[in-house]
Amino acid sequence: MALTYAPVRTRAQRPAISARKKKRSFLPPRWLSPIVLILLWQLASSTGVLHEDTLASPVKVAGVGWELLLNGELIEALAVSGQRVAIGFLIGAVVAIVLGVITGLSRVGDAVLDSPLQMLRTLPFLGLSPLFIVWFGIDELPKVILVALGTLFPLYLGTYAGIRNTDAKLIEATRVLGFTRTEQILHVVLPGALQQTLVGLRQALGMAWLALIIGEQVNANAGLGFMINNAREFLRTDVIVVGLIVYAVLGLGSDVLVRFIERRALQWQPVLTRTSRSS
Amino acid sequence: MATGVDQDLAVQLTGLTKRFGERTVLDGLDLRIAPGEFVALLGRSGSGKSTLLRVLSGLDDEVDGDVHVSGPVAMAFQEPRLLPWRRVLRNVSLGLHRADAEQVARKALSEVGLATHEKAWPLTLSGGEAQRVSLARALVREPRLLLLDEPFGALDALTRLTMHRLVDELWQLHGPAVLLVTHDIDEALLLADRVLVLDSGRIVGEHRPPVGRPRRPAELTYLRSRILHNLGVTA
Ligand SMILES: Nc1ncnc2c1ncn2[C@@H]1O[C@H](COP(=O)(O)OP(=O)(O)O)[C@@H](O)[C@H]1O
Ligand SMILES: [Mg+2]
Repeated sequence: MALTYAPVRTRAQRPAISARKKKRSFLPPRWLSPIVLILLWQLASSTGVLHEDTLASPVKVAGVGWELLLNGELIEALAVSGQRVAIGFLIGAVVAIVLGVITGLSRVGDAVLDSPLQMLRTLPFLGLSPLFIVWFGIDELPKVILVALGTLFPLYLGTYAGIRNTDAKLIEATRVLGFTRTEQILHVVLPGALQQTLVGLRQALGMAWLALIIGEQVNANAGLGFMINNAREFLRTDVIVVGLIVYAVLGLGSDVLVRFIERRALQWQPVLTRTSRSS
Repeated sequence: MATGVDQDLAVQLTGLTKRFGERTVLDGLDLRIAPGEFVALLGRSGSGKSTLLRVLSGLDDEVDGDVHVSGPVAMAFQEPRLLPWRRVLRNVSLGLHRADAEQVARKALSEVGLATHEKAWPLTLSGGEAQRVSLARALVREPRLLLLDEPFGALDALTRLTMHRLVDELWQLHGPAVLLVTHDIDEALLLADRVLVLDSGRIVGEHRPPVGRPRRPAELTYLRSRILHNLGVTA
């Protein structure tokens, strides 16, 4: 009997355009499975399998969410939390990229800075929250610093690894071509590091939201965490869920933003070889 | 110094020795290349051809002996080594420190037949196209010495034939001295004024194909077998 094999092609080998089309027609849209899950949840609530004190139904949650939106509570909480994460993220990102570029480009910087950073990285930074309260009090500062730390390490590592993985053959080629050191950094090292930096950026954003949530659990008197904690006192699972959903939407939103940035910044890559898609 | 330096020569190497630790890869090698001369270099894998080119291109200066190369020097590698995140035109023009960099890059691209590809991303090019961009990038530097390190080694036979003609044309047009490293004897005989064989760190053979161009394969059979013998291959 003759065996026939379908030609095996990896995703990277497929021509970009037809792969795009194929993807559309074969894969269900990304939003489908969450919708199904929500429907199942509603079903469980309506049939009484899921009690309201345990978890409010989606319909109830939606109603309360709408209410909180209209009376301005949600917006205010969002503004406070959003500010914390934005400031913390910005500080963390700037420090991460500066440190990553320094350690990536300079041997001295690497020798001096990298090992302490690698050591710090192994600390469970979310566990530092109590220490930060001792050091920085209970206002905005410990929350912002926690977010900054959460951002710092993944982004630092991505930037550093991206730069360190510079293709030596390209550096060699550009040396023969008469590139200045600045041109090499600008046109070889940094663009080459971008992909891994963006992977780091995505992890950093995830960490930033996590750090925000942990930071807000303790002693917040405003913001999403405060709203959730407050609701806990009154067993308002609906408000808690609204808070969680807002966290999730924010996380998702930032992920979409990074994907957009990736698509713009990495447009030189054939569409389906982008590693971050599969990570 | 025993030999004087002839400033007119494109390359003048005297007693070039290169060691990697204990291992001597180039061992007192002498080489002279006249301006505009097309030289092909054959040699077994690991015989030091790339090492020699790295010395000539200035990538490696930790050597003994006298090295005189009159620049500018340009080089094309076996892999095109284009910057994947810069479009084709920028790949050719980057690092050219002159005001009309973009214009000359465009001209070079049209010389290699890729005028319509200037906005393409390198990863979308075929192997032959990418290699032509690499060639344009080297030529746009107006080199006096063009180093080619097995630039067609990874191409299919048909594309290689096209590339041979292109290199020949471009050489006649721009007139740089060329040192072409290849493992393809026929390619060497077809293109070069002089075919050198590298072995044990020295040039051990020198052959001159008939002067006329284009060359007919029939004329080259005898030379071919002598070079094979030179390379230690017994037919
Ligand atoms: N950076 C290096 N360090 C140590 N050995 C090297 C290095 N570069 C090349 N060599 C050695 O030098 C020899 C010649 O290499 P190469 O010039 O690349 O050969 P070819 O191009 O003729 O195939 C090989 O044995 C190789 O292992
Ligand atoms: Mg080689």
